[in-house]
Amino acid sequence: MADDAAVALKERYVGQPVERVEDATLLTGKAQFSDHLPTRAGTLHAAILRSPHAHARILSIDTSKAAARPGVAAVITGEDVRAISDPFLIVLRQPMHQWALAVDKVRYVGDPVVCVVADDRYHAEDALAFIDVEYEVLPAVVDQEAACEDGMPLVHEAMGANVASVRDFTYGDPDKAFAEADRIVKLRTYYPRNSQTPLEGFVVNAEYHSGENLYDVASNYQGPFTSHPVMSLALRVRNSQLRMRTPQWSGGGFGIKVQIFPYVVLMCLASKIAGRPVKWVEDRLEHLAAAAAAPNRVTTIEAAVKNDGTVTAFRFDQLDDYGAFLRAPMPGPLYRMHGILTGAYDIKNLAVTNRVVMTNKCPSSMVRGFGGPQMYFAIERLMHKVAVEIGMDPLEVMRRNLVPEGVFPYRAAAGALLDSGNYPEAIERAVNEGGLAELVRRRDAARKEGRLYGIGLATIVEPAQSNMGYLSNILPRDERARNPKGGAVANATVNVDPLGTVSVTADSIPQGQGHMTVLAQIVADELGLTPDDIKVSLDFDTAKDAWSIATGNYSSRFSSATAVAASKAARKVRDKLARIAAPGLNVEPEKLEFAGGKIFDPVNPDNAVNLYRVAGSAHWTPGNLPEGMEPCVRETGSWSPPELESPNELDQINTSLTYGFVFDFCGIEIDRDTGMVRIDKYVTMHDSGVLLNPLIANGQVYGAFAWAVGCALFEEFVYGDDGSFKTGTFADYLVPTSFEVPEPQILHMESPSTVSPLGAKGIGEGNCMSTPVCIANAVADALEAEGVNTDDLALPLHPSRIAKLIHGAETAPAAGRPELRPHPEKPAAGHMLTGDGETFVPAPPEEVWRTLLDEDSLAAVIPGCHRLDRLGENDYRADVSVGVGPVRGRFIAKVKLDELVEPESAKLSGSLTGPLGASQGEGHVRLTPEANGTRVSYDYSIVLTGTVASVGGRMLEGAARALVRQFFNRLVAQVGGGPEPAESWWSRLLRELGIRK
Amino acid sequence: MPQLNRDVRHPVSLTLNGKKVQGHAEPRMLLSDFLTHEIGITSCHVGCEHGVCGACTVLIDGNVSRACLTFAVQADGAAVDTAESLADDEGELSALQQAFKKHHGLQCGYCTPGILMSITAYLKEKPKPTEDELRDMLSGHLCRCTGYVGMVRAVLDYCENSGAGAKAE
Repeated sequence: MADDAAVALKERYVGQPVERVEDATLLTGKAQFSDHLPTRAGTLHAAILRSPHAHARILSIDTSKAAARPGVAAVITGEDVRAISDPFLIVLRQPMHQWALAVDKVRYVGDPVVCVVADDRYHAEDALAFIDVEYEVLPAVVDQEAACEDGMPLVHEAMGANVASVRDFTYGDPDKAFAEADRIVKLRTYYPRNSQTPLEGFVVNAEYHSGENLYDVASNYQGPFTSHPVMSLALRVRNSQLRMRTPQWSGGGFGIKVQIFPYVVLMCLASKIAGRPVKWVEDRLEHLAAAAAAPNRVTTIEAAVKNDGTVTAFRFDQLDDYGAFLRAPMPGPLYRMHGILTGAYDIKNLAVTNRVVMTNKCPSSMVRGFGGPQMYFAIERLMHKVAVEIGMDPLEVMRRNLVPEGVFPYRAAAGALLDSGNYPEAIERAVNEGGLAELVRRRDAARKEGRLYGIGLATIVEPAQSNMGYLSNILPRDERARNPKGGAVANATVNVDPLGTVSVTADSIPQGQGHMTVLAQIVADELGLTPDDIKVSLDFDTAKDAWSIATGNYSSRFSSATAVAASKAARKVRDKLARIAAPGLNVEPEKLEFAGGKIFDPVNPDNAVNLYRVAGSAHWTPGNLPEGMEPCVRETGSWSPPELESPNELDQINTSLTYGFVFDFCGIEIDRDTGMVRIDKYVTMHDSGVLLNPLIANGQVYGAFAWAVGCALFEEFVYGDDGSFKTGTFADYLVPTSFEVPEPQILHMESPSTVSPLGAKGIGEGNCMSTPVCIANAVADALEAEGVNTDDLALPLHPSRIAKLIHGAETAPAAGRPELRPHPEKPAAGHMLTGDGETFVPAPPEEVWRTLLDEDSLAAVIPGCHRLDRLGENDYRADVSVGVGPVRGRFIAKVKLDELVEPESAKLSGSLTGPLGASQGEGHVRLTPEANGTRVSYDYSIVLTGTVASVGGRMLEGAARALVRQFFNRLVAQVGGGPEPAESWWSRLLRELGIRK
Repeated sequence: MPQLNRDVRHPVSLTLNGKKVQGHAEPRMLLSDFLTHEIGITSCHVGCEHGVCGACTVLIDGNVSRACLTFAVQADGAAVDTAESLADDEGELSALQQAFKKHHGLQCGYCTPGILMSITAYLKEKPKPTEDELRDMLSGHLCRCTGYVGMVRAVLDYCENSGAGAKAE
């Protein structure tokens, strides 16, 4: 065995591109995701009725018809939830009470209002259509800057304002730096709302056990487990009475799956109320409308600049939009990056104002990059502008301001302790190996041909493993001093069973990042085994596994946290096995080596014993163990880096443990006619310390890059000015496909971390921070060459936005429809439909008039009308079923006729409310007598919100026309006329071309 | 076609991955729900319920189909193939699956089974696509983790070294 051992000794798996142990299960379709978890007989399935309004008071909820539907076990409202649970704890002391269902008010489109549990999902969804909710629609506050002004509608009246927090920070002497600057360069940037939208949505299985007063939950929650106490407090139980289990397999997370927690609580309560287990699977529309989004941010950023390109100070004003509620751990994106607000630059003077504002949008959350994309978009757009203003090469401005070589560990102005790196060298290597000079030639050649070509640069510092004290800075110093927070605990356990096989459990809760493989590599190296020998199980159970508040998968936590804990646990196991083996081998335990499944004396490798025998003795013959040693071989490694301290009295905080470095450059070309951006070449240099598995590390870069391309060019959650949500499908929220994402050239440098025992840093978020702004800078470069001002360049850079910059705003075609009356109260609509038309009815105007004003005949004319109740004179309430494309639903319609000029004209106004959305509209009907009947002409304008508006933007116009047409067809039938006069070939052609109804 | 009645569970028989299976479905039950919750396979993943993401892709009588846009009763009597059919009976990965593993063509793996089924059908028609052609085909699927690089490399490697096109040369 001596030779084998010698060979094996050299075999180390950490640092190798080891193929993933996860893959066989996933590739064969055998992985059990949350929807595949076993449910016991009698499990109920939940569906959620959500608000179609951005802001409305709930006047009444009638659940009686829904409760009587087939299969329905319980219908739960906000009042039911309020009776048995408490609002979710938030970071700030603000009267912003959120329960698992809306209470009193709804505050965003998608806000959960009623939960139905039934014997299957189909029945539960059926029943939603039979819930009648009466709303008083309130004006919504949508724009984050307008929300800060006085006199705006309040998302939370008790707060007295929409701004939930304002904090100012000063480091160094920024006033002096700005006073002494040669020039001040200023920019206002806007970063949009977006999300990486995991393909698997939320899934919750919850069961309440009354005997133990225990909630047992299996869900694809991803942590951080700081939100575990938030859930248990809401449920009014001790932490140990909320058992949270996560399965081994989860279909993507990207931070968003922390925001499952309100639904965990909701399903727990539903199970308690219904007395049976409850399962809920989120659908795509729910996910896009109501799961979570990265906060949109407006940043005003200024640099104090010297004529040689040196930046001596930054001044930030950051305004983050957290939507309708601050959910834990919000406002993380505003504070997670705090220590590193100066980015990769050696800037000593810094002033920051952070503002948190609430609006009528979906609550914000952590999303991959977690505050970094917003912050670096502002910094790197500004540095680009500095270069343009002083007429210097952007690369030169960057070089001039970088944290220099040889100063690590470096304390950044706001407190980040940059552990290691060589930023100038990384940039030089990238410039050379990535071929920047060649790219510049390509740009120049393209421009000579009159093409729109630009080069962009960006550099960022990528933080990893968050300090649990990072949010403390939002509190005043005296308040946080009473309850200081800091650190970041990680846990992992290595077990060797009686037959000597090794298993690992850990607290990383992965969603596809290959943690099983990397942990197997680490433990295999410690114990002289192969990764195939190590069984890693990363399903998680708070009742059984070691966990802490930092547990979970977020903020690039793995490589410097859980991986370290696992190596510590494996080292403890190794030490114990060495102590057991030492007497038999007659060698000091510290001198023993592990390789090839053996424990041996490196001086005499034949003096060896099998690892499984040594481990077995701890189980089979514990009496023979060294004096004082405990039986079994099971060790837990826990660690929290000492560098992660609470904020100090200067408000400095080391917000993360490790800091990697990223430098990107790219060349893009813009299609001059369409404004479409094509990425020609993209180079990304990473110094992420030691790469534990280069195959997986590159996979993280490719993945972050692809999403970042989406953020740069396509992805945005769009809201109407009335708060209606417009991007409820993957046909509206555009996600890049294989055709839009090029392959970036990845370069690596490895400066081992000095604070993380494995030397590794994070790598999975860097491109989310660097790539959007790198592409934006390239687009700016291309446009500036044409003399376009790019100060307002906002993401996503979709063709219409860029075309507007190239060609100016598009003007509507001159010819076309007759002018329509604008909608009186609502100038800015959610989704506004307008139309007009005319039809011929073979009956005199008086008869048409009677039909319109007669209750019974009106009921027969309204398409899909089940029932019509008279509320007052010419005022009706109708129960109708309407289909728009594939979406079909039951609505309550209110119709009122006034401005009656008999038998000539009338105004119709009304609303339509149902689980699929709501609409308000008005129209005018004019009756003109003709020889054989009446010419009926009409116009209408309708504003839609809710599901129909979110999913159906493109088909609504056609559907509205079809409905109006149906109405008049039925009117013709009702007044006893025959078919309409034959259509002329001309009008048929226009109709088929979609030009006329 | 037999008479179907609302609210009635009709028997639905499939040849699923070469084996006869039978279950019951109301006319409105989706094939994706039927495969997952009635038959009990775990490869048909639902990512969007509107046919955009492709995670639920299966082959119905050899044709690439979205199970989330197909009613179970529509597939009655058909041969349905899913990712479970790709490895051999001992669980040995197919050459295509091995290429995905080698090139890190998957991360969370939620979109992967559907993508494998599309590729399987596509390569029967076009055993040696160019990278552009392959990317065009793959654009019928959404993957949020990988950036598509690994899966493109995997398929090109497979076509070069293992697929029908490789053997033909």
